[in-house]
Amino acid sequence: MPQMNMVQAINDALRLEMRKNDKVVVLGEDVGKVGGVFRVTAGLFDEFGDDRVIDTPLSEGGIIGAAIGMALYGLVPVPEIQFSDFIFPAYDQIVSELAKFRYRSGGEYVSKLVIRTPVGGGIRGGHYHSQSPESQFIHVAGLKVVCPTNPYDAKGLLLASIRDPDPVLFFEPKRIYRAAKGEVPEGDYTVPLGKASVLKEGKHVTIVSWGAMVYEALAAAEQAGAQGIDCEVIDLRTLWPLDIDTIIASVKKTGRVVIVHEAPKSCGLGGEIVSLINEKAFLHLEAPPARVTGFDTPFPYTLELEYLPLAHRILPQIVETAQY
Amino acid sequence: MTRKKAVAEATPSRPAPPHAEPEGESEAAAHLLELYRQMQTIRRIEEECARSYAQGKIGGFLHLYIGQESVGVGALAALRPDDYVIGTYRDHGLAIAKGMPPRAVMAELYGKVTGCSRGLGGSMHLFDVAHGMLGGYGIVGGHIPLAAGTAFASKYRGDGRVTLCFFGEGSVSIGSFHEALSLAALWKLPCVFICENNEYSMGTPLQRTMSVEDVSQKALAYGMARDRFFARDVLEVEHRIREAVDRARETSEPTLVEVRTYRFRGHSMSDPGKYRTSEEIEAQKKHDPLNRARDQLKTMGKSEDELAKLDAAIEEVVRDAIEHAETSPEPGPEILEETTYSGPFAR
Ligand SMILES: Cc1ncc(C[n+]2csc(CCOP(=O)(O)OP(=O)(O)O)c2C)c(N)n1
Repeated sequence: MPQMNMVQAINDALRLEMRKNDKVVVLGEDVGKVGGVFRVTAGLFDEFGDDRVIDTPLSEGGIIGAAIGMALYGLVPVPEIQFSDFIFPAYDQIVSELAKFRYRSGGEYVSKLVIRTPVGGGIRGGHYHSQSPESQFIHVAGLKVVCPTNPYDAKGLLLASIRDPDPVLFFEPKRIYRAAKGEVPEGDYTVPLGKASVLKEGKHVTIVSWGAMVYEALAAAEQAGAQGIDCEVIDLRTLWPLDIDTIIASVKKTGRVVIVHEAPKSCGLGGEIVSLINEKAFLHLEAPPARVTGFDTPFPYTLELEYLPLAHRILPQIVETAQY
Repeated sequence: MTRKKAVAEATPSRPAPPHAEPEGESEAAAHLLELYRQMQTIRRIEEECARSYAQGKIGGFLHLYIGQESVGVGALAALRPDDYVIGTYRDHGLAIAKGMPPRAVMAELYGKVTGCSRGLGGSMHLFDVAHGMLGGYGIVGGHIPLAAGTAFASKYRGDGRVTLCFFGEGSVSIGSFHEALSLAALWKLPCVFICENNEYSMGTPLQRTMSVEDVSQKALAYGMARDRFFARDVLEVEHRIREAVDRARETSEPTLVEVRTYRFRGHSMSDPGKYRTSEEIEAQKKHDPLNRARDQLKTMGKSEDELAKLDAAIEEVVRDAIEHAETSPEPGPEILEETTYSGPFAR
């Protein structure tokens, strides 16, 4: 099996689906000739030409709005937004139009598209190139939200996202674009949406995470293991719809849970997960569910490594939760 | 100038308003020498920034202004010190031309607490209210409506200030640009919108992102005055921008100015720049505004010796700024509390 990084795996998925399905088109700023700012669409322009790999003007509202229209007409657009921080000029289109098509047409029409966009910190980009806005899309009913953490999942989840009947926001953690490597099968396969993956089984504390912070959670779990605390680590993979069953099964086993995410704490997805745990597993809890997250501040340039919930911040919380 | 006339004259209009520009020969040479000093300071600071970036001392993104210095320096020479400037992430040149100390700029790039935003912003987000530098912005086009707002406030307060708003030709395709022009024209705001057309929006050339080649045409639909010219001669930039600034100050009418320029480096430091040939770049470098200014200065009687002295003084400023940045401390995480809300907040 070929070794790939995240960028190559996503590229492979796009190429495969475009060969298979001529309704799939890619559009965005610099996605064509240049192959994308992170080179995720490299080579697609040469293979599929400029009517399927479309360089757009700098116009996020236009890109997403036009993609919605293309989808209404039966195409399957996969627009790229260069950084998820730049998605807000298109937020109106996504919230007001994209999310509501199935509902407003009485279930008859859907605007089927997949918005790909790099997310999160890790490249010292400061407050306009580092944010994790996933919960701002989860809060809008009608959108699915996906965030892979390794090349195998990235390819399989993207193929599943393109074939899923609903619009999907596909967040690609840029910190691990090239750092996360692994074996990726050639050819077609999918990883189902809505299914979390248990990366490590354990019996003392459940750690729930997604995106680049999954690697920090794994590192902290290993360090906790050295202290005799056996952690179970769950990678959500699909953020919405949430695989709450996997989380609840784990929490019923451990009675203790730490949620780790890069986004600010308040109103982050972690808060929703805690609420669901309280609703569904309250009597199984041995400790208050805890969160280790980014701060409730803009994403800082200089203090990036303080802001991110890295292993050295996760470990003390694991210990505290285990000993509660 | 009536609006109608200004619209009709896309290619204006001489001579310069006599009050504004230097008259005597030595005065003219001294003035150009000052503009050259600013351009050369910016160029040298940025060359050193590129070095520091390669060494990992500056992080994130670094967008150099090299090749475009005559736009910022020429335009800002037409301003009063209390006028406002607002721009993009390509902001080092504007910041220095607006009078921000090179030390504060360099320290900000290094993420140090002595930087203009205490190291929280970095290269793309320079900010200094005291110098009327209302910031570099990383969301393309996001700052353009803000310029309409500052111009509105100047008009409201009657303080005679003008706002200069800079952006690239790529920004002209995003909605906020059009919303800003619409408001500025409707409300007759003292604002000059300066589109620095360097021919590329990241890796995409202008003809593949716009249906017209003349960006200044975008003013027509708003009934706004417009102008369009090359930035090769810093004095020409100053002179043409002054016309727009005077129009803003005297009759409170906005102008869209397309200044045609070229960046000699990549979009940012991480851009391999494969979309341009080296022949194209070399041909453009023949129009380097710094060489032009140097030649003009010599024609005006400045000796090689005098220029070398000035260059040496600039080297000292650059060296001092870097040393200051390298020896300053980073901010601690406690700084985030007071810079997010005015009161305590929950983490
Ligand atoms: C809303 C938004 N979309 C995309 C980007 C990414 N981006 C940053 S600069 C740029 C190109 C802008 O080109 P132009 O306006 O011509 O300015 P230049 O960089 O040439 O000075 C792009 C696409 C962004 N920062 N913000």
